[in-house]
Amino acid sequence: MAFNWFKYSSPQTFYPLAGRLVPFFAVLAAVLGAIGLYIGFFVAPTDFQQGEAYRIIFIHVPAAWMSMFIYLVMAAWAALGLILNTRLSSMMATALAPTGALMTFLALWTGALWGKPMWGTWWAWDARMTSELILLFLYIGFMALQASIDDPRRADKAGAILALVGAVNVPIIYFSVKWWNTLHQGASISVGRSPSMASTMLLGMLVMALAYWMYSIAVTLMRVRSIILERERNTQWVRDLPGAPA
Amino acid sequence: MWDAFVAVFARDVLQAWRRRADWLTSIFFFVIVVSLFPLGVGPEPALLRTMAPGIVWVAALLAAMLSLPRVFGSDYADGTLEQLVLTPHPLTVIVLAKVLAHWLLSGVPLALIAPVLALQFGLEGEPVGVLFVALLLGTPCLSLIGGVGAALTLGVRGGGVLIALLVLPLYIPVLIFGAGAVEATVAGTGAAGHLSLLAAGLLIAIVLAPWAIAAALRVALE
Repeated sequence: MAFNWFKYSSPQTFYPLAGRLVPFFAVLAAVLGAIGLYIGFFVAPTDFQQGEAYRIIFIHVPAAWMSMFIYLVMAAWAALGLILNTRLSSMMATALAPTGALMTFLALWTGALWGKPMWGTWWAWDARMTSELILLFLYIGFMALQASIDDPRRADKAGAILALVGAVNVPIIYFSVKWWNTLHQGASISVGRSPSMASTMLLGMLVMALAYWMYSIAVTLMRVRSIILERERNTQWVRDLPGAPA
Repeated sequence: MWDAFVAVFARDVLQAWRRRADWLTSIFFFVIVVSLFPLGVGPEPALLRTMAPGIVWVAALLAAMLSLPRVFGSDYADGTLEQLVLTPHPLTVIVLAKVLAHWLLSGVPLALIAPVLALQFGLEGEPVGVLFVALLLGTPCLSLIGGVGAALTLGVRGGGVLIALLVLPLYIPVLIFGAGAVEATVAGTGAAGHLSLLAAGLLIAIVLAPWAIAAALRVALE
């Protein structure tokens, strides 16, 4: 069977496909989220060291995972858009950025809420927290650059170059912050080496991560649909859509 | 190709020489920012000595960033940049010449002045030398990474503030290793590791940054 992989690389064909996929991923996100939260709050045992407050990891850790993963996906879409000159790839990168920034912010915020009862401080210049903060700056830079360029194609390409430069820099930033942190022994709190985890805790976290993942896909597809409509508003197929103003 | 490199470099340096005030401004900005810190945190010699490497480096980052719009700005405005892109020479080579000129005009003066400022902060002897070497290795990185930001923000609304948002997060590794080199010397653990990492970062930047800058310039001129 010959399957044309490029069929859905056109905004016109992708728009209805994304519309059909959004409810699927949204329902999946809601169901997985409910299961994950149930496991996290009712099934998983109380941690003997950290008490009940540890349960915030079910929100926190998946958000941190997604924040990094989304940046990679965003950079990959951006690279694809730059190489193949496909409009939709660049639109995907643009659509992913706010969700990634949201995840980064969520990870930082819940991390602070977790840190207060655990270590008695909202913020420590720990390597992971610092690099997460820098990741937030990278997301904001990407969005700010795209927002300040009026021509969408130029915004796509400039954003793509920035995302790729950022992707090369992320590991360098992470390790430099890590070494910087170990050199300044005094103030550091050991965040790493989390105690061995009960398997239900791990299960809850994985289910929550899947829920976040599905949520990100659903929201990104919704956003990319809006971007498509906005950019293609002058084309005939958008005018022919049901509900379009005559 | 080499001729093109030399010609672009010489042209940029000559232009800067004729408009000296532009470049001196960012150097004095550096001096002023560094001098503000003792006024802000108090003249405690021990405190100033521990803070000196970080202050000098942060000020160097800001000064390098402020002079970035000039790398491509005027050439973009008067169309020279378009001509440079149309030449048969590789754009990466031309870009490298322009970045080198930027470094000579902004990075080298910072490195030359920094030891004097370090003396103000009570650093003496070896750490001052290490600060000088670290700045010599680190400021070309700042020019190269900053070149990407400068090229991306060409002709963009609010480019001046935007460039800070784009470039400063990417400067962080240079800041860490640059200031770390001086701190390690003060602490007596030796700066060799930090300086090697700075040099490694510089090599990576020399290889990769011109490509990114050239691509960004082409996007800006489309």
